[in-house]
Parts: sequence; structure tokens; C-alpha cells
Amino acid sequence: MNSANDILMGTHAGMQKPSAPKSRLRKQGMLSYKTKKRLVPFLYVAPAAFLFSLLMLFPMITVFRYSLMDGAIMKKNAVFVGLQNYVTIFSDPVFWQSVGQTLYFTVMSVVFHLLIGLAFALLLNTQRIDPTLRSILRVLYILPWLFTAVIIAIIWRLLLDPNGVINSILIALNIVDFKVEWFSSTKTALHALTFANIWAGYPLYMVSLLAGLQGIPKELYEAAGIDGANEVQKFRYITIPQLMPIIISIALLDFIWTMQVFPLVWMTTGGGPIHATEVLSTYTYKLAFSSYEFSLASASAICILIMSMSVTYFYIKHQKAR
Amino acid sequence: MARRSFTKSALPTLLTYLGLGVGLVFAGFPILWMFFTSLKSNTEIFALPPRLLPDTFTSVAYLSIFNDPTKLRFFFNSYLVAGVVTLLTLLIAVLTAYGFSRYSFRGKNTLNVFIISTQTVPPITLLIPYFGMVVAFRIFDTYFALVLTYMVFTLPYAILLMTGYLNTLPKELDEAVLVDGGSSWTALWRVIVPLSVPGIVATAVYTFLLSWNEFLFALTLTKSMDMRTVPIGIEMLMGQHAFEWNEMMAMSVLGSLPLLVLYLIAQRYFLAGMTAGSVKS
Repeated sequence: MNSANDILMGTHAGMQKPSAPKSRLRKQGMLSYKTKKRLVPFLYVAPAAFLFSLLMLFPMITVFRYSLMDGAIMKKNAVFVGLQNYVTIFSDPVFWQSVGQTLYFTVMSVVFHLLIGLAFALLLNTQRIDPTLRSILRVLYILPWLFTAVIIAIIWRLLLDPNGVINSILIALNIVDFKVEWFSSTKTALHALTFANIWAGYPLYMVSLLAGLQGIPKELYEAAGIDGANEVQKFRYITIPQLMPIIISIALLDFIWTMQVFPLVWMTTGGGPIHATEVLSTYTYKLAFSSYEFSLASASAICILIMSMSVTYFYIKHQKAR
Repeated sequence: MARRSFTKSALPTLLTYLGLGVGLVFAGFPILWMFFTSLKSNTEIFALPPRLLPDTFTSVAYLSIFNDPTKLRFFFNSYLVAGVVTLLTLLIAVLTAYGFSRYSFRGKNTLNVFIISTQTVPPITLLIPYFGMVVAFRIFDTYFALVLTYMVFTLPYAILLMTGYLNTLPKELDEAVLVDGGSSWTALWRVIVPLSVPGIVATAVYTFLLSWNEFLFALTLTKSMDMRTVPIGIEMLMGQHAFEWNEMMAMSVLGSLPLLVLYLIAQRYFLAGMTAGSVKS
């Protein structure tokens, strides 16, 4: 820290130093002053750059290397086997099942997050309700987002227990006529899981879209009103286009994050019953930490990375365009 | 608008309230159910017909947590790790954000894109090399392993949030210090940091939330009961006594408490962090 401090201090303290008698010395002084000044920003970002190299760049290279080796971490003399691990992964039907289920889970989550988030944002944005009530409701509607995935998982395991309250209500309303095993039947587990995730994730959209709605200039609506537009047309031609940049941003981020889901699945179904809720992250985790097949797991992890990064590419492009 | 007939304006209002009511049940019911289950005795959990409120309120679930040093240790660990991560993240994020916000330098854009894309790297992809690293560094099953690895997902947000905040502060503030003969270092700590308190609070709240909620790294990079955090504690409680719902719910209530408190006292800051990735940046 000392040397960093010296250099940072040097940028301006240097000006007050008595000037060197000889011009050559002074030139040297000027040069190092300039160099020092150019170094300053690098010193500020150095700790972060170091950490990102250690925690991001290096691990990425490592995981890619592992994915090309046979028996990484476990074998002392692991050898390179080229794309063999990828071939093994791609010929595993469970991998493809996981890809499909991950996509179903992700697409359904993103779509319903958006619909519910938008509906709540619109409801909260109307002038028809009392402002105090609105701020109270806003606080309450955000609550699901505050719970960590593990807690969301056990809340829904309690509610969706075969003897739980949801089954009791559904039976009382004659919607189902037996105790549905939501999380342990291959038919319902993935849907139950997706539902729990939808419940937990809409508030991010709601808050962002509410901020977006409040940022739409009132003049647009007034002008449309003068031109004789009805509410539906205003929504279609003003609200949606104005919200579009926000919608695209959050939907892309949400897509990326939801694709990586782990704790919720791990804590509700663990990927079961019989892989019915296996997603890419649980599939990879089990390969690594249950079967100790770190090389196969690395290959699978690289696949998740490539999927995430291809969406991220659009996300960054979109952010830059704004 | 004001002259609409009663029926014309009453119907939308009614529908609005209906929608708000449905939303309230959707959002609130599971949470209320969790809370009241934590106050039930275990025999009452699946009583028929189901009742939201317990017949007799009992704190037995909470008492059993408070009397169990192992469970208290989960909370201690979570607070410690989240606290240290928050402090370190803030320190590094403020320095980096200052560099980003006040200077232009070669590689700035690359570093920036790198940081943004770090947000979206799957944790599971990093976990495998981290596991190897943590074992090689001999920090497996230590706080240090958690603190170090958590920074990878707290720092990108913190840097983006802080850079966004510092960009709103006029550069003349620094220049005033520089003209008076101070260094940029002095300007940062004496002028910029005191003015950035709202941004720092928002960043701190969000960083704390991210670390408090972390599951995957804590599950894999620690092993002994002494090192487990609250989410893992709940997971283990679930494995051990799958039928003690009241205790699991009490644990969940206590595990959500810091975030609820942070949210209620610092709501504005909280939302700033929440929407940072999407609306701002």
C-alpha cells in the first residue's frame, strides 16, 4: 500500500517539490511524473483486476483444461484425451433430458415472471388506489424475492406436501380428487418446481417495470388521448415500446440466471424422481461431487458456460446499444 | 376523465382492487404459512382441515434452535462471512469504481466488459476449478475459502453500482482537492467517499444479501459442521429430521430476518441494488 500511496500522492504533491537545478534532471522528473500519472488508474483497478484473474480467468482456463483430460483432480497423471469427454456427455441421454428440462424451466419462468411482474407493476401504477396503500402493497409484493432459494424450496415443500394445505384446498374445491405428490411424481415435479421459481422471481421485473412506467413521459399519453387512442391502444403503442429496453434487459439476465438454477432444484427434488427434474447444474454437480468424474463434469460445465455466454453476448450488445 | 359516469369508473377500480387482492394472496400466503408454521407444535402442522393460525402459539421451535450451539454456529458463520465479504467487496469496489469513473486508461473497456460478463458466468462452471484451487491452497473447509470465492459474484455488482454512483458526482469535486495540492487518494477518501454514502449503503446491502443467500459454494467448499452457513444448515436439518417442519420454518424465519430487516430499514437502497443490473448500468 505504501508504494501505491506514494505514487498516488506523487501525482500532485510532485508539483510542489522544489524544481531540480539541472534541466536534464528536471526532464527525468517530468518523465517519471508523467509515468506515475499514467499508472494511477491502474493502481485503483489493480486489486479488482488481480481478483478477477485469480477467480475468473484462471479458473476458466482450468475448467477448460480439465474438460480435455481424463480423470482430472482424481488422477495424479491425468492425460489429455481431446474431446473424448464431450463425446461421452453428448451420448448420454440424461444430458439431453437435462438440457430440455433446463430450457422448459427457464422459458416458463421468464415468461411468467414477465407477465406477473408486468401485471403487478401496472396495478401498482394506476391512479385508482391510495398512495399509502400502494407503497404498502409494493413492499408486500416484493417479499418473495427476499427469501433465499433454500427457504423458497422448503416453503413450497411444506405447501405442496401430499398432506399439505394446497392439496387440501384443491380437494375441497374438487379440482383434484386425490393427494397429489407434487414433488415426487415424475408427471408433476418439473411443473411444481417451475411454479415455485415463478413465485420467487417476479418481483425483480415488477420493481424494474414500475420504475420504467413512472419514467414514461405523461405527455405521450396526453397526446395519444387527444388523437383519440383508447386505453388498449395506449398500452400497445406507448407503454410496451417504452418498457421494451427494460424488458429485454431483465429477461435476458433472468434467462441467464434461471438457466443456472441449482439450490431450488437441489432442495426440492434433487433432480429426481428418476431425472424428471434434472437440470444442467444438478447434472453437472452430481457428475463432479457424487461420481467424482471431474473431467466429464467440466465438459458439461463448459456446455453450460457456452449457453450462458451466448445469451450474455446479446445482453452486453443490448446494454451497449442503450 | 373526471366526468365519467359511476359505472364506467367503478368497474376498472373494482378490477384493480381484485387484482391487487389476488396478488396479495399469491405473494403473501406462502410467507404467512411459513411464519405461522414456525409457531405451531409439530403435531399440528398437517392438521385437517388446515388452519393458518396455530391453535396454541408455541415458541418451542425457536427455543430448540437457540439451545443448540450447532445451529447457532450456522448463524454466526453466515453473519461473519457475509460481513467480511461485504467489507472487502466495498473496499475493492470503491477503488475500482473510482478508477473507472475518474480516469480513462488503456484496457478500461476490456476490463469493463469482462466484469459485466462475469455476472453471468454459471457458478457451477467455476465450482469445479475452485474446488481444485481450494484444496491446493489448503483452505478447504475454512472461512477464507468462502470469503474469497464469494467475491467473484459480489464484486461485479458492487463495481457497477459504485461506478454508476460515482459518475453522478461532479468531477469538479476532485479537481478542487487537486488544485489545493491534495492527491487523488485524498480526494477519494476525504471528499468522494463521504459523498457516496447512499451508493455505498446500497452496494453494502446488496452484497450482504448475495453472500447471505449463497448456497452452492458453501455446500461444496466446507465440510465440518463448524463451517456451515444458514442455508446449508437448513438443508442438513431437512436431511436429518425431515418431519420437524416447525423447526425448519423457524430456522427459515430466522434465516430471512436479516434480509427483511435490511429491506425494511433501507428499502430505497435495496431496490437500487436489485435493479442495478437491469435498469441502470
